[in-house]
Amino acid sequence: MSGPAARALLTGTIALLTGFAVLAMGLAAAGYDPVLALGALWRGAFGSWYALTSATLVRSIPLIILGLGLALGFRAGVFNIGAEGQFYAGAIAATWVGLQVTGWPAFAAVGAVWLAALVAGTLWIVVPVLLKARFGVLEVISTLLLNFVAEATVSYAVTGPLMEAKRIYPQSDPIAATARLPVLPGSRLHLGILVALVLATLFWWLFTRTAWGFRLRAVGLGPRAAEVSGRISSGRVVAVALLCSGALAGLGGGVEITGVTYTLFQNLSPGYGFTAIAVALLARNHPVGVIFTGLLFGALEAGAQGMQREAGVPAVAVQVTEAVIILVIVLAEVLVRRAGTLRASEPAADER
Amino acid sequence: MRAVRGADFSLAAGEVHALVGENGAGKSTLMHIAAGLVPPDAGTVHVDGREVRLHSPRAARDLGIGMVHQHFTSVAGLTVAENLALAAGRLDGWTAGGVGTRLMEGLPPHALASGLSVAQRQRLEILKALATGARVLLLDEPTALLTPVEVEALHDLIREFVKSGGAVALITHKLREVLGTSDRVTVLRRGIVTLRGMTAEQTEQSLAQAMIGVEGVASSEEGSGEQRAPFAALGVTVEIGVIELRPGDLVGIAAVEGNGHRELLRAIARLEQFPGVRVTGTVALVPEDRTAEGLIGELSLAENLVLGLGADPRWARRARLDWNAARRRTAELIEAFEIVAPGPDAPAGTLSGGNQQKLLLARALETRPSVLVMENPTRGLDVRTTEEMHRRLRATATSGVTVIIHSTDLDEVLALANRVLVVHRRGVREAPRGADRQAVGEMMLGVQPVNGEP
Repeated sequence: MSGPAARALLTGTIALLTGFAVLAMGLAAAGYDPVLALGALWRGAFGSWYALTSATLVRSIPLIILGLGLALGFRAGVFNIGAEGQFYAGAIAATWVGLQVTGWPAFAAVGAVWLAALVAGTLWIVVPVLLKARFGVLEVISTLLLNFVAEATVSYAVTGPLMEAKRIYPQSDPIAATARLPVLPGSRLHLGILVALVLATLFWWLFTRTAWGFRLRAVGLGPRAAEVSGRISSGRVVAVALLCSGALAGLGGGVEITGVTYTLFQNLSPGYGFTAIAVALLARNHPVGVIFTGLLFGALEAGAQGMQREAGVPAVAVQVTEAVIILVIVLAEVLVRRAGTLRASEPAADER
Repeated sequence: MRAVRGADFSLAAGEVHALVGENGAGKSTLMHIAAGLVPPDAGTVHVDGREVRLHSPRAARDLGIGMVHQHFTSVAGLTVAENLALAAGRLDGWTAGGVGTRLMEGLPPHALASGLSVAQRQRLEILKALATGARVLLLDEPTALLTPVEVEALHDLIREFVKSGGAVALITHKLREVLGTSDRVTVLRRGIVTLRGMTAEQTEQSLAQAMIGVEGVASSEEGSGEQRAPFAALGVTVEIGVIELRPGDLVGIAAVEGNGHRELLRAIARLEQFPGVRVTGTVALVPEDRTAEGLIGELSLAENLVLGLGADPRWARRARLDWNAARRRTAELIEAFEIVAPGPDAPAGTLSGGNQQKLLLARALETRPSVLVMENPTRGLDVRTTEEMHRRLRATATSGVTVIIHSTDLDEVLALANRVLVVHRRGVREAPRGADRQAVGEMMLGVQPVNGEP
């Protein structure tokens, strides 16, 4: 166990350092003061109690929840690129239910809203699942395209059926007070952080201790062997994995509505569904890893805002850093695998 | 691995030279060398009396050698004419002459390749070879997928092509095709030429003998049925039509590729359908392709054990899996089956083929099956591991399991099995007890007419 974990930590650190080195060089080349800018990045993410809780942690929550769902799919070898759309589907459903639950006890109100978000996220991926099962349509394409449909549906909802009563801004009215999550006093950090941590623990247990988690992995790594030797219906496992990842992304949208914004509006998500892909991949689809990579990307995005405010560096610069980190990880992964296969071929050679 | 050893093959203008042999005899390898697809380890290739180096298919093509593969190589989204232009390397298209004009009959130039029938595609493949300017055609089992009428038409075209000065090497394992179309014949067996001569001097029997070999008559000292007696009363585990297999039977399945033996084995393993197959009790399958169907290389030995025994109460606790229990059992199996591995946590992909096979057998037996099905049990294994595998299979049968194996190597089937079933054109027959390899070989090829079958 310690071998791969140590290796993951090492490659992660190298990737992180490379990413920041590229960022610093880029900043210097563009005429910014790299020390000032990186300092602002740090302060934006961790500089104060408020920055840590209200910027970094609040952004990490959806990344962790969505990242867990995607990791589940990736383990089964399917690539749900539509978490953004499922997040929005969840957010729409959460808002609609959240507007109806006035006067309910908080527990029931939040439960109803989250359930609606979960179901909406699942339904949003039903069509890709059916298309894949029936016609072999690649889920990468169908889930990706449904993102645009989801964004358009949000635009329609906030200018139509869910538009605020005053009819001024394209946004919904705030959800019922009972459906809003409690926050840590003096910050914007909400109960959703516990949801993320509980889910990560649950997924860790599912992945490593249950037959279901094992089947996911077997199908992801060797679908034919899983069918012939394991008598596992890989089509069914893949379908369930996709539905689960949609459900989690939908729940992520519900948590965001009940914990952060309380209202629905366009561009509610700054691309959480896409960043979560990197969160899952960087964590090698390990649930505990997802907590850390979720925090990392939450911190980077919070820091990007700080950098923009303090040093005038466009927040896009951080996206370049994120991209460099991902590229280095992927490269390291390939190199490690190649070294692994070289070693693997040696004992086979001596028997022949 | 050496597929062809010291086999030579020549082809003169104006002749059809048939190349025959069982699967894995080296026919395709030999042709691939001539087509420049595989470089020979030793030996030379001569064209028009000059030694040439065929380091690429293009080099062979420039010398007028065209290969028509068993699988189709046309671009599905292009039309017939476009595919031909592509093969000829001319954008303005290519017009067939000679035999080509006859081949073009019934082949609409503007039809998409993807919409063609099997016979039409076959014609397109040959036309493509002609479009490259080939004078020598290497045809790899061209009639395997054709109906009798289409086969007749193709044979006519082959005759016409050689009459116009071309040369054809015809790979096949249909003996009637050899006798009907070729001028000369070469038979390969395990990479060695066992017969070479004029076709007119051959018979189906002489060819079959050369294909199957006559030197090794059934050696079944250990495989014969003496120890079967105690299980005879235990009932039938597998029925295939009227054939009944019982506990303790070590059944060998002999067949030429493409006759349905694979489907039969998989039907016994309850993965496919095959007419007349009925199975009682649990079945364990050791698939031929160890790394694609048997094991998952990235998973550990213990995980691969659980892959095949997911519901075993020793580690399955409702939804939960007790990995420590699985690991302990894996360690015991590593010991018992003498698997060379660092331990239960080692990835299965790091094991050598022989040790992977031992792991697969260990896992199969761990299910306490009443029937064990194994495809090519010793493919790619060294002599020592092969012997050990045979010993274990015999012991398994002796312990009261119905063991069913298929091997591409007929000698292995005969040496191991105490009952031999032959699959020919999806029909299953049992070879008489003590049948020698020649008799079984003829059954495999369907030489002796049975039930009016040719």
